[in-house]
Amino acid sequence: MSLLEIFDISGSAVSAQSQRLNVVASNLANVDTVAGPDGAAYKARHVVFQTHLFGPQVGMPAEGSSAGVRVSTVTEDDRPGRRVHDPKHPQADADGYVTYSNVSSVEEMVNMISASRSYQNNVEVMNTAKSLLQKTLAMGQ
Amino acid sequence: MINRLTDALEFQSQALVLRSERQRMLASNIANADTPGYQARELRFADALRAVTHEGGPVHDAQGAVGPSQTNSRHLLVDDPNGVPASARVTAMQSQTSLDSNGVDMDRERASFVDNATKYEATLRFINGTVRTTLDSMRSHNAAV
Repeated sequence: MSLLEIFDISGSAVSAQSQRLNVVASNLANVDTVAGPDGAAYKARHVVFQTHLFGPQVGMPAEGSSAGVRVSTVTEDDRPGRRVHDPKHPQADADGYVTYSNVSSVEEMVNMISASRSYQNNVEVMNTAKSLLQKTLAMGQ
Repeated sequence: MINRLTDALEFQSQALVLRSERQRMLASNIANADTPGYQARELRFADALRAVTHEGGPVHDAQGAVGPSQTNSRHLLVDDPNGVPASARVTAMQSQTSLDSNGVDMDRERASFVDNATKYEATLRFINGTVRTTLDSMRSHNAAV
């Protein structure tokens, strides 16, 4: 039953997008952090999406299988952090510079909007599949 | 004789299976709208329905290549259990290139999704109508209204 698989497909996408939203929230919360738990400045994190194929039958051709999504890895941004001259700051280095996190709030906001739109799209797909299934169940009545 | 009663239903039920199959493929595309390197896939409904109902000879894809078709009931099915020929599943044309080489055009996918959902409901109504007509024809005239 193809319609039931839509819940697996869109469900995996919704969970992946919410993980992305979670990472965005972490990044935005740490946009002005000077030091992380390890003492170094916080590094922005990004999720990497990957297609996750699953088919109802073993041995089915790959083009006939369902394509869900999963988060394969969470990578750390390697760009240098923002450096601000502030000698009075307790975390200032020998030259009087404070290293902030390398989070770009503009990028994170764009990421957040994109994740939220994709989340909405997939919820709508699930709602449509649900109403189609209910109409199918009422067939012949 | 009983064939004539169920022929119309048989056709509609195959169309319904293909509609739900296409709905599943569109859901896969929408789910992978943010996956780098993913190429959108599309089900050619007309080709698939022709192949499933064994009408109109072999199936031709866009390039004119002939896909395998089951011309004898003892032929082995080369495709998936729904009987959708591999030639009916195509990679959707990309309208705009993107930096992460993702080939999902969200506007088109959403339009196709709504279109397909509506046609699925239409097929459901055809089935309900056929069932009702058959039931009406079997009802006795003498029965009190």
